[in-house]
Amino acid sequence: MSKVLMKGNEAIALAAIKGGCDAFFGYPITPQNEVPEYLSKHMKLAGKVFVQAESEVAAINMVYGAAGAGARVLTSSSSPGIALKQEGISYLAGAELPCVIVNVMRGGPALGGIQPSQADYHQITRGGGNGDYHVIAFAPENLQETVDVIKGAFDIADCYRNPVMIAVDGLIGQMMESVDLDRENPKRALAKKDWATVGKEHGGRHVINSMHLDPQKLEQHNLKLQAKYQKVINNEQRYELINVKDADYVIVAYGTMSRICRSALEILAKDKIKVGILRPISIWPFPVKAFQELPSSLKGILVAELSLGQMIDDVKIANNGKYPVHFFGRVGGMLPEPEEIVQAVKKMMGGKNHE
Amino acid sequence: MNEIIYKKTTGLTDTPLSYCPGCTHGIIHKLVAEVMEELGLLNKAIGVASVGCSVMSYYFFNCDMQQAAHGRACAVATGIKRVHPDNIVFTYQGDGDLASIGIAETIHAANRGENITVIFVNNAIYGMTGGQMAPTTLIGQKTTTSPFGRNEADHGMPIRISEMLATIYKAAYIERVALTTPRAVKKAKESVRKAFTYQMEKKGFTLIEFLSTCPVNWGMTPLQAMKWVDENMAKYFPLGVFKDVGEQHE
Repeated sequence: MSKVLMKGNEAIALAAIKGGCDAFFGYPITPQNEVPEYLSKHMKLAGKVFVQAESEVAAINMVYGAAGAGARVLTSSSSPGIALKQEGISYLAGAELPCVIVNVMRGGPALGGIQPSQADYHQITRGGGNGDYHVIAFAPENLQETVDVIKGAFDIADCYRNPVMIAVDGLIGQMMESVDLDRENPKRALAKKDWATVGKEHGGRHVINSMHLDPQKLEQHNLKLQAKYQKVINNEQRYELINVKDADYVIVAYGTMSRICRSALEILAKDKIKVGILRPISIWPFPVKAFQELPSSLKGILVAELSLGQMIDDVKIANNGKYPVHFFGRVGGMLPEPEEIVQAVKKMMGGKNHE
Repeated sequence: MNEIIYKKTTGLTDTPLSYCPGCTHGIIHKLVAEVMEELGLLNKAIGVASVGCSVMSYYFFNCDMQQAAHGRACAVATGIKRVHPDNIVFTYQGDGDLASIGIAETIHAANRGENITVIFVNNAIYGMTGGQMAPTTLIGQKTTTSPFGRNEADHGMPIRISEMLATIYKAAYIERVALTTPRAVKKAKESVRKAFTYQMEKKGFTLIEFLSTCPVNWGMTPLQAMKWVDENMAKYFPLGVFKDVGEQHE
């Protein structure tokens, strides 16, 4: 009920504890360091597991071990560190192990910078590791939503036996906002983890494995995973529609970028330009359903990202050629002023910047 | 009255082993399985299979198993042990997995004093992938990626894992054993027993390094391979106890 003023990364950490996190394994990297710093104290005080691993590679494999042994496990990192974790994430997905991964995104490629970015969209939504797999990924836009999503993420991971990633950018990780940490997520019916390796004395011999050398069996395994992903696509699309009903134009934006677009909307309203926002909250599954709610009189879509055009691929697939799609992006940790979004909208109205 | 004087350990499943004839992986599996059976650990043991010839060991050990990515067995074991400190956790890894791609995970697990047991199988070659040079390949030894024989200038020296880990303060028990005679096999079993016993007593990180054979990729008969271990490997990788906190405390 009561709200507290907290820094983003610390709120993420506390929300994980409140979500039932049993163990954390991570490695330092800016701009997410307050997550492990907070947990190193509070997991210990709560009698739970905290290990600072020797590398991101080791950390994600500790996650694999603990998740395979039935625990609710968290790791957090930022873009280059998440890149290092991709092998392990593929193994977690392949072995169908639940876990929660926080990615406080920074600019790339490579070492890049430490300022906010959304340039990991492809890595997150296409699967950065090998094989046909997906992580379930959410990209909240403020601290309250971040806290709510993280608290519910462990349930979603357990429900589908799949890694869940929370992708925020460095701005959300570093800023302070008031949050209510006790808001309840809808309860999910969760099956007992009767597959976990906890010793044969508890319900027989269990094996955690991602290898299937017989191609027929591997194909069957992949088809089983795909059927699961289809369930996720059907059930877990999340989005918000803002002023979309009467809009002539719609901006598609998520995370920090959608907040900047909200300010742009206020400026555009003064000029009597009717613009709405379609804000994906889940980025995998991409909220294709939201596009069915766009008015048929819509004149154009502007995709705004802190990348040079990644989510725009999904928008084009969801839009399926119905409306003209335009793009605006800033990168490298540069954040646009709302006025830049306003100008991009006006440019779109003039028919320029056409994709 | 007939008396049973020998039977297969309940520590192994009935799945036929996938190892080549003459390879000592089979003996090592049997020793580890027998020790777990005799110590009553099969119901609470969680093993970690690695990548290499022993990748399928999760089929063979009759306890809970996890299959780890290449080199990451000690990290996976850390994750398991931290959330289940009262279970018995062991890894089973070859020299490519442990001493090359997974050396960081191995050293840091030892340095944290993770209370796990590592079964390290050193056969001086990558067996599963067809006989490439390993970090433990001997000087002069020909492999498919060192066709002129390993040389110090190009490849460095074979890495001595047991000696290196013995320098780590939190390592509790480190021993290198061989399997080239029945006596050596019996001795090796006692070493495995000591390692698992130390884990039960929460003494910390234990590792048994086995000098193992790879007749197929060495191009030898099983008997020649056994002889090669004694005459070549054991000279560079001397047998013995390199660290024993039990001895130190007495």
